Amino acid sequence: MMGPEEESMETLTLATSVATTTAASDYHSAISASQEIPGDPLLSAPVPPTFALSPSSSFVDPPSYSDVVFTPFNPSNGAVSSSPSSSTSNYLRITVSDPVQESETVSTSLVPGSGSGGYFTYLITSRAKDGTDSRIRRRFRDFVTLADRLAESHRGLFVPVRPDKGVVEGRVMKSADFIEQRRIALERYLRRLAAHPVIGKSDELRVFLQAEGRLPLPTTTDVASRMLDGAVRLPRQLSGADVTGPEEVVQPAKGGRDLLRIFKELKQTVTNEWVGSRPAVVEEDREFLDRKDKMQDLELQLTTSSEHAETLVKAQQDIGETMGELGLAFIKLTKFETEEATFESQRTRAAEMKKVATAAVKASRLYRELNAQTVKHLDTLHEHLGIMLSVHTAFSDRSSALLTVQTLMSDLSSLNSRVEKLEAASSKIFGGDRARLRRVEELKETIRVTENAKCCAVKEYERIKDNNRSELERLDRQRHDDLLSMLKGFVISQVGYYEKIGSVWETVADEMHVYSREVEISEQ
Amino acid sequence: MMMITNLQASGKGEGYTSKSAFLISFRKRNLRSSKSLLRNCAFLPPAITVKFAMISTESDPPAETSSPGPRSPSGQPFVMISVTEPVKMGTGVQSYISYRVITKSNMTEFEGPEKIVIRRYSDFEWLHDKLAEKYKGIFIPPLPEKSAVEKFRFSAEFIEMRRQALDVFINRIASHPVLRKSEDLRTFLLEEEERMERIRSIEAGIFSKKSSDIFQMFKDVQSKVSDVVLGKEKPVEESDPEYEKLKNYIFELENHLAETQKQAFRLVKRHRDLGQSLADFGKAMKLLGACEGESLGKAFSDLGSKGEILSLKLQKEAHNLLMNFEEPLKDYVRAVQSIKATMADRANAFRQHCELAETTKLKEINLDKLMLMHSERAREAEIDFKESKADSEEATKRFEAIVKTMNEELARFQEQKTADLGLAFHEFAKGQAKLAHDIADAWRGVLPKLEAL
Repeated sequence: MMGPEEESMETLTLATSVATTTAASDYHSAISASQEIPGDPLLSAPVPPTFALSPSSSFVDPPSYSDVVFTPFNPSNGAVSSSPSSSTSNYLRITVSDPVQESETVSTSLVPGSGSGGYFTYLITSRAKDGTDSRIRRRFRDFVTLADRLAESHRGLFVPVRPDKGVVEGRVMKSADFIEQRRIALERYLRRLAAHPVIGKSDELRVFLQAEGRLPLPTTTDVASRMLDGAVRLPRQLSGADVTGPEEVVQPAKGGRDLLRIFKELKQTVTNEWVGSRPAVVEEDREFLDRKDKMQDLELQLTTSSEHAETLVKAQQDIGETMGELGLAFIKLTKFETEEATFESQRTRAAEMKKVATAAVKASRLYRELNAQTVKHLDTLHEHLGIMLSVHTAFSDRSSALLTVQTLMSDLSSLNSRVEKLEAASSKIFGGDRARLRRVEELKETIRVTENAKCCAVKEYERIKDNNRSELERLDRQRHDDLLSMLKGFVISQVGYYEKIGSVWETVADEMHVYSREVEISEQ
Repeated sequence: MMMITNLQASGKGEGYTSKSAFLISFRKRNLRSSKSLLRNCAFLPPAITVKFAMISTESDPPAETSSPGPRSPSGQPFVMISVTEPVKMGTGVQSYISYRVITKSNMTEFEGPEKIVIRRYSDFEWLHDKLAEKYKGIFIPPLPEKSAVEKFRFSAEFIEMRRQALDVFINRIASHPVLRKSEDLRTFLLEEEERMERIRSIEAGIFSKKSSDIFQMFKDVQSKVSDVVLGKEKPVEESDPEYEKLKNYIFELENHLAETQKQAFRLVKRHRDLGQSLADFGKAMKLLGACEGESLGKAFSDLGSKGEILSLKLQKEAHNLLMNFEEPLKDYVRAVQSIKATMADRANAFRQHCELAETTKLKEINLDKLMLMHSERAREAEIDFKESKADSEEATKRFEAIVKTMNEELARFQEQKTADLGLAFHEFAKGQAKLAHDIADAWRGVLPKLEAL
C-alpha cells in the first residue's frame, strides 16, 4: 500500500511514463511530472468520504489500464501549471495517522462526573521547507482550537473550514469507520492550511505542527468563565468606566465578554436598516457587490454540479456492477451447460456464452476503474463547493468589521452631540458650570479614545477588504486551473476506458459474426 | 452446394427447413460454422425484409413493403407471416390491442399470394392452446406473458415487445415440420374475423383451459384414489434415469436462465440511468461554465452538449438491448417452461398407460376366474377386458409417441437455441462495442478545445 504522499492524483500521467511498470516508484515519478492540482501538491486525497465506493475499489492501485490507454494523447497534455502557492507552501509533507485512544486523566469539565470516557489522539508528522521534521500528537479538540485561532487572526481570508465535530457521543464517535474518516478529513484539512499562501506561513500552524506537548494556543472552550467575565464587565461598561483597548475593539464582539458591545452593534444594525440614515461608511464597493453576486451564482452551480456528479458516479458504478453480475450469471450457465451437455449444439452454445461472459466481466472491471478515476476528477467540484464556506466566512468578517466601524462612528457622533449640548448649557450660566465642564472633559477623553478605536476599526476593515480582494483573485485563478484539469482528466479517462471497453466487445462481436444475419445474406 | 428442400419432404435433424421462405444452402455442420443453425433461427432482423424477426427496428415498418420473397425463386413453396401494426381498439376496461397478421405464401393451403387478417392476443392464445391439446410431445412455441400491470399494458415498449414475440411465435409454428400442417394454424391465418371470434368464444366455453384444469384435477384424484386402493402410495413416475437427468436439467436450466434474464433486464435499466445522469450532468456543466470566463466556459458548454448527445445514444442502446438481448433471453425462459408443460403431458400419459395396464391386467385375471367358473358374466367380462386392452394399448402408444417426439424436439430445441443465442450475443456485443466507441469519440471531440486552453 503506498503511503499517502505517493497516492495517485490526476491520471493525466504523461505518455512518457506509459510504458513503465506499475511499480509504485515509477508511478510516483510519473505523477511528479504531471499536472498537479494548483496549490495543493500535498492534497493527494484518498477516497473522499462523500462517495460511497466500496473499499475494494482500486483507487490506490496503479491504474495499469489507463496508463496504456492514454498513449494516443498528446504527452504534454495539460500545462504543468505550477501555481504560485505550491512553491510558497511552507511544508513539504504532512500526514495524520495512528489514531490511539487515550483515557481522560484530568476532568476539565465543569460538571463533575460528566468527563468524557476517552478520546483519540492522532500522530501528526510534518516536514517543513527548512527541513524541520516533527512528530507530535494532537487530539480533535486541538484542531478546533487551531481553527478558531486562525479564524480570528486571518479575518477576510478564505480560511479552509475544519472538519465537523461529531455530534453524537459515545459509540458513534468511537467506531472505526468514523475515526478513519476523521483521520482522513484532518489530514486533508492540515494540507489545505499548509497550501494557503498566508496561513501556511502562520505561527499558529507552525506551533500546532511542531510544538511538543500541550498545544500552546489559547482555547475557547471555557464558556462559563467567559459568561462570567462578560457579566462582570457589564456594569463598568454601562457606567463608562470600562475602557477597552482599541485592539480588543476591532475583534468582533463575541460570546459573553462583550454583552454591551453586542447590544450596541445590534442597535446599530437596526438603525442601519430601519432609520435609513446613511451611515458614513457604506459598502460602496460596486465591484465587490458584483463579485459577491457572482459567488452566489457560482455556489449554486457548484451545488447542482456536485449533486449530478454524484449521480453520474453512482450510475457508472451500477452499470459496472450489473455487467459483472450478468457475466457471472452467464459463467454459471456456461458451466452448467457444459457439464450437462448431451448435444453438440449445447457445447457450442456454452463456448460462445463463455466468450460473452468473460467480456462482460472484463468490461465490468473497466467500468469500475473508470469510476475510480471519475471520482477523483469530479472531486474538484466538491472541493470548490467546500471553499464557498470559507468565502462566506470571509465576507461576513468584512460585514462585521464594517458594522464595528459604523457603530463606533455613531458612538462618536452621539458623544459629540452630547458635548455640544453640555457646552451650550454650561455657557448660559455665569462663570461656567463646574460640574458640567468636568463632564465635558470626561466626555472629550472618551471621544479621544473612541476616535482611536475608530481608526483601528477602519484600518482593520480596510485590511479585511484587501484580504477579500486578493483572495478572490487567487481563488478565481485556482478555480480556473482546477476546473480545467478536472475537465481534462475526466474526458481523458472517459475516452481511454471506453476505447478499451469498445475493443473488448468488438473482439467478441467479431467472433460471433458467424451468427449474424449479414452472413446469412452473403451466403445466398 | 445448394440443396433445395421442399416443405413436404421436411424431416428432422439436419437440414429441416425453418424459415421456409429461404432457399436453403446446406452445409456440413461443424462446430465453428454454425451457420446452418441459423436456418432454425427464428430471430432474424427485418433488414432482410423478411418480417419474422425477433430483432426489431425502431419503428416497425409494415411488412408489405418488402419485395416479394427475396430469397425464394418462383416455384418454391414458402410461407412468410408478419404480425404488424398494433392498434388500440375499444375503450376503457374493455380496450385491447389488435394486430394485422399478413400471410404471404405461394401455397394454396394458405390462400396465397397474400392474406391479411386482424387478430388479438386471445386469438394467439386460442391457437396455442389448441396446438398444445392436439400435439402432445411437441414443444409448442411459447407465447408472451398474458397479463401485465394495468398502466403498463399500453405502453409503447410493452406493445412492441409483445408484437415482436407474437411474430416470432407464429413463424415458429409455420416453420415447424409438424405444426405447420395443423388445421388450426390455417384457421388462425385465414378465417374472417367474426368467425374467428366465434370459434374462440365457443372453444373458450367448451374446452377452456379452466375446464381442462378441472378434468385434470379429477384425473389426478382418480389416480390417487386408485393408487391408494391398489396399495400404492406414491404417484406413478417413470424410472428412466436418462429422463430423470433431463428433468433435472430442465428445471435447473430454468433457474440459470431466469437469473441471466434478470440481470439483462437490470442492465437495460442501468443504461437508461446512466443516460439520464449524463444528461443532467451535461446541463449542470453548461451552467457552471457560464460562471467561468469565456474560453473555459465554451469548453464546459461543449462538454455539456456532448453529455446530452451521449444520453440519447444510451437510451437508444437501452432499447436495443431490451429488444435484441433481453427479449431473446426471456423467450428462452418461456421455451423452457413450454418444455416443462410437455413433461407434464408426458407424465400424464405415462400414468394413464400404467393405470390402464394395471386395470387391464386385473380385468384379465377376473376374466380368467370367471371363465374357469363357466359364469354367464364371462362374456361381458371378455368384452370389457378387450375394450380395456384396446384402451391400454392406445395409451401406451400415445405415451411412446410422446417420448419419441420429445427426443426429436429436444435435438431441434438445442440447435435452435444455440442459433438464437448466438445471434443475441452478436447483437449484444455489437451494440456494446458501438456504444463504447461512440462515447469515446464524443468525448475525444472535446479534447482539442481543452488542450488549447
